[in-house]
Parts: sequence; structure tokens; C-alpha cells
Amino acid sequence: MRRVLPPLVFGVLALVLWEVFVAAGRVAPFILPAPTAIGAQIAEQRQNIWDAALASGANALAGLIGGTILAVLAALAASRSRFLGEVSVPFAAVVNALPIIALAPILNNMFESTSSVPRRLVTGIVVFFPVFLNLLRGLREVDPVHQELMRTYAASVWTFAVKVRLPGALPHLFTGLRQASSLAVIAAVVAEYFGGLQDGLGARITSAAAFTAYPRAWAFVAGACLLGLTFYLVTLLLERVAMPWKRSLIS
Amino acid sequence: MSDLASSAPDVVPERKHGGAASVVVDRVTKVFNQGRSDEVVALSDVDLTVGAGEFVSLIGPSGCGKSTLLRLIADLIEPTTGTVTVAGKPAAQSRRDQEYGIAFQQAGLFEWRTVRRNVELPLELRGLAKAERRARAEQMLELVGLADFAGHYPGQLSGGMQQRVAIARALAVQPPLLLMDEPFGALDEMTRERLQSELLGICAATGAGTVFVTHSISEAVFLSDRVVVMSARPGRITASIEVDLPSRDEAGRQAPVYFEKITEVRQALRS
Repeated sequence: MRRVLPPLVFGVLALVLWEVFVAAGRVAPFILPAPTAIGAQIAEQRQNIWDAALASGANALAGLIGGTILAVLAALAASRSRFLGEVSVPFAAVVNALPIIALAPILNNMFESTSSVPRRLVTGIVVFFPVFLNLLRGLREVDPVHQELMRTYAASVWTFAVKVRLPGALPHLFTGLRQASSLAVIAAVVAEYFGGLQDGLGARITSAAAFTAYPRAWAFVAGACLLGLTFYLVTLLLERVAMPWKRSLIS
Repeated sequence: MSDLASSAPDVVPERKHGGAASVVVDRVTKVFNQGRSDEVVALSDVDLTVGAGEFVSLIGPSGCGKSTLLRLIADLIEPTTGTVTVAGKPAAQSRRDQEYGIAFQQAGLFEWRTVRRNVELPLELRGLAKAERRARAEQMLELVGLADFAGHYPGQLSGGMQQRVAIARALAVQPPLLLMDEPFGALDEMTRERLQSELLGICAATGAGTVFVTHSISEAVFLSDRVVVMSARPGRITASIEVDLPSRDEAGRQAPVYFEKITEVRQALRS
């Protein structure tokens, strides 16, 4: 309760201030609508928000899973080969710093306008890099004592990877996944700004804004926030389930 | 066994009747970075024999090659010249057959495995059935007094407890030889003395021979049947001092012979 209460009070207070600020006429409602107006739109549009969130959520999830699988395989390969590791890390770091989302219009043109593939591809690419970079770092950081121990057990390369490298790299994998889960939602939503199939939250936000229906646009933005939060929290939950030894340290 | 039961901690007589040598290091030299400008002669012409069930400590200043010698016996590194025989076989073969258990200064537990599953790991790699592994691990944890912590994760244990788990793990395959590289080096004095006594009890119970690397003169004298003194640059053995304490317990730590041996080792280290 102690941990939940302060941010809750802060949030409510901020909303009230926002409402008062707008109601007092300091800002035009088409620039910044009042929270109550947005709330009314959320209630009115809840079915649309839900449908659009499902569409965007499916894209984000597809990209997240696909990108993660590829990143794990690539990191395993790069950790096995010194050359691959040395070449791929600077390359991946540079690509990771690029606005990959900017690829969306190009990808949209490569597929039919009814295809969900371009958005998922963009999401997958965005997800790939943080997962790959973090996991690879984890795979390379093997405790020298563990290394010597496994040698005294005459463990094979495969055994070593499965019993030591992978479990040891799990915390790093989840660091990457936590970043990637938020990025996946952002990518899936924002990719729609650049065309392609228009059934997700991004398309709803742009079309509402185009009709100057700002409270409705904000209502979909709120939907996107909730979707991102859901992805992040589910990842945290997975992390706790996958690493019980960390959980037991906290309690 | 029965004739020794009267003084349980005093296990020296039994261990000396061990029979065949468990370690033979024969004219071993180890040179790191050979032929380069940073060439280091870590060990020069070292001979060492450890009898079955014998407790031998390696002591010497930093850089005298005692850890190198232990790693050679463990086949973690290979000698430049000379041969290392463990349990009657070349060291490499013995490593593959898990003829020894090893413990380091860091416990080196796998934090994602429970205490029990840490101890089970070497058995797992040997392909033992699950039920047997479990039973053996429980037995080893009983031996180090941690049976109640089998389900805990290493992060929940103190340093001393972690080190005991590491020792249980080293013993899990019931090896005839135990190799220990300053296993108590990072522990406080009280924990250290308690673990020393426990280690002696364990060695007595399992009959394992032990090669024990340490900085501590008192620790070496208290634990060992023989203290091997080494000197640096190049690393070689300068003295081998037999220790025969009346008993290896609190009384043993007070015995005159204990202090005499400490002095003898100290002088050997100085010369």
C-alpha cells in the first residue's frame, strides 16, 4: 500500500490540475482537451479502442516473439564464434541507434495494403537489437570459476551452453526483453502512421486527429498507453516466473 | 575402522595406511608465455607425491606457483615438461573420470540452482538417475550440516554456508581426491576454524586424500599430515614438513607440537 499510494495520489492530483487548468480557459480545448472530455471519449469508444488495441497488440506480439527468437539464435551463434561476436556487436549497436521505424513506409510499399506483415516486420526488427545485444553480453559473461568447474566435470560444449551459459544469461535476456516489450508496442502503433493496413491504434489516432476530434485521438492514445503497460507488466511477470532465485532474494 | 573410533577427530593413523599414491607429480616445469618477452617460469622441476588419504597443504608466498601446481593436478592446465599422474592415470584421464572433486576460494555456486541441485550437478553430468542423484546430494548436505537448506538458493546463504555447499558438491561423486584452492580464504576467522574441523571430519568419513592450497600457516599445520613449503621465482618446493598432532581439535590447537610445527613452517618460509 505504501508503495502504491504516493504515485496514485500524484497521478490523481495531476489529472485534477490538468482539468482545472483547461476549465479555467488557459488552453484552448482543441490544443489540450480536458481529462473529463477524454474520459467521456474512452467510454464512448471503448469497443473501438478495444478492437484497435487487439489489432495493434497482435502485431506487437507477433513482432516481439519473432524478433526475440531470431535474436536468441543470433546471440547464441555470435557467442560461439569470436569473429562473429566482434563483427556483430558494433554493427548491431549502430543499427540499434537508427530510427528503424522509418523503414515502415518502405516496407509498406513492398507488401499489399491489406497485409499485416510490414508492421510486424518493423516491430520484429526493433525488438531484435536490444534482445540480441543484451543476451550476447550475458552469454559472454561466464564466471571463470564456473568455466573451470565445468572443465573439471569434462562437460561438453552443448552441456556447458545449456546448463551454464543460458541460465546465467537469463537476467540479461530479460533486461533486453523489458526494453523490447515497450518498443514493440511503440513500433506496432507508430508504423501505422506511415500507411499500410489501418486497423490498429496508430491509424485511429491519426484519423481522429485529422478530423480535429482531439479528445477521441487522446482516448486512443490512452489505449496505446495501456497496451504498452500490459506488455511491460507481462514481461515483468514472466521474468519473475523464469527466475525464481531472484524472487527469493527480494522476499 | 573400529580401533580408531575412540578418538574420532584423530584420523591421521588411518590415513597414513592409505596404500597407493593418489597424486604423483614427476619433474614438472610450467612456463607461461614461453618464448615471449613476458615469459614466466611458474614452476621449476617440482616433484610431489600425495598418498591415498593423505592431507597435504601447499603453502608459500604469492606467486610461488601453489595454485598453478593444484591446477596442473586438476588438469586445468598442462605441464610444460614432466608428468602428472592422478589415481594411477594421466591427469587428463582422471579429470574425465572425475577422480577428484575441486573447490575454489569463490564458492562458484550456480545461483539459478537450488543448493540441492548445485550438489547434484556433477552427478547429473555423470548421467546418474534422478532418484540416486537426489539421495546422494541429500547425504552430502547432511555431511556439511546443510540438509535443512537443500531447497534454498545460494543467494540466500552466507559466505560460509556457500563454501560448505561447494565442498559438498566437490564430494558428491565421492572422489578419492579432493583439491582445494584456498577454500576458506574469504571467510572470517571463526567460520574458518569451524569449517576446518568440519573438513577434517569429512575427510575422515570419506577417506579422501586432499591437496589444500593456503596462505595460512596455522591452517596448514592444523589440517595437514604434511605441509609442503614453496618459494617463488621460480616456483619450487623448498621443504616438506610432516605434522603429527596428538589430536585435531581444540586440544590439538593448544598442543606444544602444534606451535613447534608453526615455527618450523614459518622458518622454512623465511629461508
